[in-house]
Amino acid sequence: MAIGLTHYLVLGAILFSLGLYTVLTRRNAISVLMGVELILNSANINYVAFSHFSSGNVDGQIYAIFVIMLAAAEAAVGLAIVLAIFQLFHTIDVGAVETLKE
Amino acid sequence: MMEQFGLLRFIPLIPLAGAALNILFGARLRPQFAGFLACGAVALSFLVSLAVFWLLPASGVFRDVLFIWIDSEPFKAQLSFQADALTAVMLLVITGIGLLIHVYSLGYMGDDEGMTRYFAYLNLFVFFMSLLVLADNLLLLFVGWEGVGLCSYLLIGFWYEDHTNTIAGNKAFIVNRIGDFGFLLGVLLLFWEMGRQGVWTLNFSELERAAHLLRPESVTLITLLFFAGATGKSAQIPLYVWLPDAMQGPTPVSALIHAATMVTAGVYMTARLHFLFSLAPATLAVIATIGALTAFFAATIAVAQNDIKRVLAYSTVSQLGYMFLAAGVGAFSAAIFHLFTHAFFKACLFLGSGSVIHALGGEQDMRKMGGLRRYLPTTYWTYLVAALVISGAPLTAGFFSKDQILWQAYASPNGSTQLWLLAWLTAGLTAFYMFRQLFMVFHGACRVAEPAKARLHESPAAMTVPLVLLALGSIFAGWLGTPDFMWGSVWDPWLQSVLGVQEAVDDAAPGGELFLMALTLGIAALGFLLAFLLYGRESRVAERIAATTIYRWLAHKYYVDEIYDCVFVRPFTACARWLAQIFDPGFIDGFVNGVASTIRAGSLSWRRIQSGDVQHYLFAFLAGTLLIFAYLLGR
Amino acid sequence: METNLAPLLPSAEVVLTALSVLLLDLFIRKDEKGLLVWISLIGLALAGGMALFLWGSHEGAFQDSILLDDFALFFTELFLGAAAITILSSVHYVRETNIHEGEFYALVLLSTFGMILMAAANDLILFFLGLETMSIGVYILTGMWRERSQASEAAMKYFLIGAFATGFLLYGIALIYGAAGSTHLGRIASALGQTKSHGSIILSAGVFLLFVGLAFKVAAVPFHFWVPDVYDGAPTPVSAFMAVAVKAAAFAGWARIFLYQLSPLQSEWTLPLKALAILTMTVGNLLAISQSSVKRMLAYSSIAHAGYLLIALVAGGESGGQALLFYLLSYAAMTFGAFGVLIALKEGENDHEAYSDFAGLGFKRPFLGMAMSLFMLSLAGFPPLAGFTGKFYLFRSAVVAGHIDLAIIGALNSLLSVVYYLRVIVMMYMEEGGAEGKPFARAPYLYLAIAIAVLGTVYLGVLPAPALDLSRISFISLH
Repeated sequence: MAIGLTHYLVLGAILFSLGLYTVLTRRNAISVLMGVELILNSANINYVAFSHFSSGNVDGQIYAIFVIMLAAAEAAVGLAIVLAIFQLFHTIDVGAVETLKE
Repeated sequence: MMEQFGLLRFIPLIPLAGAALNILFGARLRPQFAGFLACGAVALSFLVSLAVFWLLPASGVFRDVLFIWIDSEPFKAQLSFQADALTAVMLLVITGIGLLIHVYSLGYMGDDEGMTRYFAYLNLFVFFMSLLVLADNLLLLFVGWEGVGLCSYLLIGFWYEDHTNTIAGNKAFIVNRIGDFGFLLGVLLLFWEMGRQGVWTLNFSELERAAHLLRPESVTLITLLFFAGATGKSAQIPLYVWLPDAMQGPTPVSALIHAATMVTAGVYMTARLHFLFSLAPATLAVIATIGALTAFFAATIAVAQNDIKRVLAYSTVSQLGYMFLAAGVGAFSAAIFHLFTHAFFKACLFLGSGSVIHALGGEQDMRKMGGLRRYLPTTYWTYLVAALVISGAPLTAGFFSKDQILWQAYASPNGSTQLWLLAWLTAGLTAFYMFRQLFMVFHGACRVAEPAKARLHESPAAMTVPLVLLALGSIFAGWLGTPDFMWGSVWDPWLQSVLGVQEAVDDAAPGGELFLMALTLGIAALGFLLAFLLYGRESRVAERIAATTIYRWLAHKYYVDEIYDCVFVRPFTACARWLAQIFDPGFIDGFVNGVASTIRAGSLSWRRIQSGDVQHYLFAFLAGTLLIFAYLLGR
Repeated sequence: METNLAPLLPSAEVVLTALSVLLLDLFIRKDEKGLLVWISLIGLALAGGMALFLWGSHEGAFQDSILLDDFALFFTELFLGAAAITILSSVHYVRETNIHEGEFYALVLLSTFGMILMAAANDLILFFLGLETMSIGVYILTGMWRERSQASEAAMKYFLIGAFATGFLLYGIALIYGAAGSTHLGRIASALGQTKSHGSIILSAGVFLLFVGLAFKVAAVPFHFWVPDVYDGAPTPVSAFMAVAVKAAAFAGWARIFLYQLSPLQSEWTLPLKALAILTMTVGNLLAISQSSVKRMLAYSSIAHAGYLLIALVAGGESGGQALLFYLLSYAAMTFGAFGVLIALKEGENDHEAYSDFAGLGFKRPFLGMAMSLFMLSLAGFPPLAGFTGKFYLFRSAVVAGHIDLAIIGALNSLLSVVYYLRVIVMMYMEEGGAEGKPFARAPYLYLAIAIAVLGTVYLGVLPAPALDLSRISFISLH
């Protein structure tokens, strides 16, 4: 069986769903960040797959590099924020940080 | 015929400058000076208005274009003023009576520490009100319309230390916003409907030229929405509830804003847009009915009030009802005429009541007054004149203007006997409650408590002079519009240039007007008599005790009072009291407050959704996305 | 091949300024940091001058992925102005709170750079990069007051939801790329005509994911939950910056992408967008009523205003675009003003953001009281202030496009909003206490910012014609 565009798209969609599931269910802030990474990478798979199979140019593969770079920047900021949260709240449970509400 | 008249802009701008000076530098000025500044500003404005009035050619229009306000093809609105006969009349009322009330306030507010603030608000009000009547398009009119509401709100809550005042201010504001919403919808709808015909304008003269393009059903809807705005501003059923509460403000404010000028803005607007209203007979019928009902109901409620200012407040609502009745039967000129005369006598009554309250150190309960005639002679005489005028005593202003309305309500093509009957009964009630008040306050034994009684004094000249001028005006203002069998009306021909020629009244019954006039006089006299017998007799009683035997007096009283009490007073006052206490606050207030508290409760419970947990927010995010996708797939 | 750098001029100037601020920050003493304010302002003014100079040009660069048209320049000026006002109103605030000054200004400038890219981008990937540059800057700004736990909490919430939304946006762009073969907006638009059968479901899904990502940025209900918490926790100048500039940038993208390039698909999203507009207005206003903190009330009010702005997007067309741009201007003036007054009440570590802190303000500080009354009345839509004229045009555009129901709901909502805006005025003029005897910030920069906002609010209300013309010309330049 030849591996085609559809397979990559399905893989991307599965990865996206797993990312969603992680973000929505994990209480640990680091895990939530990892879920976000999964979502971004699922998009990357799509870019590369589309670039290879349908668009006929390499733009999509370049975009994937952009996104990897961006994910690194986001991870840096995210981890810094989680660190600040840990110093102030002594926990990284995202559900426990809820002084702002209503 | 349009003429450029560069002075027009100064009518609103001078009071605006006065207000600005008082707001910015008021703290550094002596309070008395702030008052003189404000009076000077309005006086200048009055002089310009007089000039406009004299110079305005027959059926001409003055214009003063400042600049283009909004310019986006195809719609264009200028910030420009326009004065025709209708505007000129309104300007005279606003600046003329406004000036008298400013002067009166010098005396009335003489020892109040917030005097600068007070005069700043008052000048600001004159600015917005003259903007309202000078506007040449609906948008600018709406600016004035909202502005006067804001000033009214600020002045009702002027003595903010007392919390009920703030609440009354809020109520006035919110009830007015309900009406304004209707008004705004009307503007939007009119704009849209006109746009569909290719006419993108809100300018009055252009609207008038294009009015015939509108579909009849949309005209009806638009005018009904405009009238909804008018019921709020001019205190008609069902939005009249704010006006009696608005009496919490200083009395001169009640006289200026809640009697002479602002509350008549709805009547003015109706007359200004008469070309639209005339195209919507259904709306006119609604206006006439609501006007007549308001006139009657408010008058019955006034009968059972004991607060001196509340009687006048309900009386104002009732008189505004007369004006809408006139507008509703198509007699716009009569409505404006009554607006004009009403401004004089109602301002006089309010200022008179202010003089009484001032003399009594703030007391407003009529049961704690009585016999004040001796202490406040000038106030008494002017009050008596104004009470006679509002009751329609012959040859006074109220007589002529009310007579016109009653005659039109009966004989105009849109009128009917039922409308006339309601208006006629109201005339009787008016005389009754006015003289009930006059007797309770000025006649009989003095029921004023001792320490206050010693300090009773006539008010200073700054207050009595405006009273006398207003009383004179109340008598003579009506001579501008006498019926045809006297020397005719100079009023109607003059306003005809703006309001169009009124449809000829059916002349089938010559002398009909005279006959109705006699009937009105009759019921007014009856009202007066009843008031006299029920409330005014104590003074005569005092004389009789001296003249006749006690026994005969007692028997007589027993006999008469018993009949009055059973046949008339008890059911009547019970009914009036029911209206005043159950229907008014219970039903309509309850409705307004109910809506408000439902919204507040909804807001309070809904804010719990904001749980603070970020993952709940993420879930909401995902749910929203899924909903949108469900829509996408299900399409 | 010659590269045309002109379209990058203003944004490059902003980046250079940011870098100079960062560098200089290393070398100057703590009491000389005021210099950084001036450098930032001069840089912004220079960039503004360049944008003005370029006005009227219409050219593209980098294979047309970035466009220089009046629309981009209009938003460039708006963002530069917003950044300048934000910096003016935060000078005092950052000193009181020990926020690191140089980094703060540099981040404001860098976010501004991202926004300018968003408005000028003609390629979805470039738009996305601009959006991320802006967002990452704002995430950090939100959490910059390190000692305050709420600030960090706000930063965390904003970051998590923002990153989540970024994922959706990116995935959506990937799908569009797949269906249209390009991320260039012009080529997507031309592909729309051809591939009606094949990629249509993938394309629609991509467009809707993009739609969701932007709805998050403008804080449309139900993607709005972060707004109250984040605005509440963030330093007040940053809240103002978010409420005005971030929202305006998202609307700029929305206008360019949806109102212009993808407008053939308009019928597809009209209904969900309409539902979003109605929900956003109503929920924002309803929840604003029961707030006890003015800052939180302003957060909900900004949600409601996003709802009003969505009306213009539903209406679309020239009148919708004009109304959108004009209302963004008006909204910027009155919102900056309201947040500015809130900043002026700050005293050391305490924020004084409750309604009760406004009691008696009208008499204690006549200027602040008058300014706040103007902003509140304008937000509530009182004539003749900016908010009224803006709303008039929004509702007008809805009426012209045949959505009279939206205009009615909008008018009803602005009636509802009077309740809570008025409460501030009531507090200031009809209650005593609160502001009694409190030391007020002597902050000339802040007062300058408030004065500018007052002038803007009044000017746009009384003389809206030039700004309306500008809005119309800018929107038309898209075509």
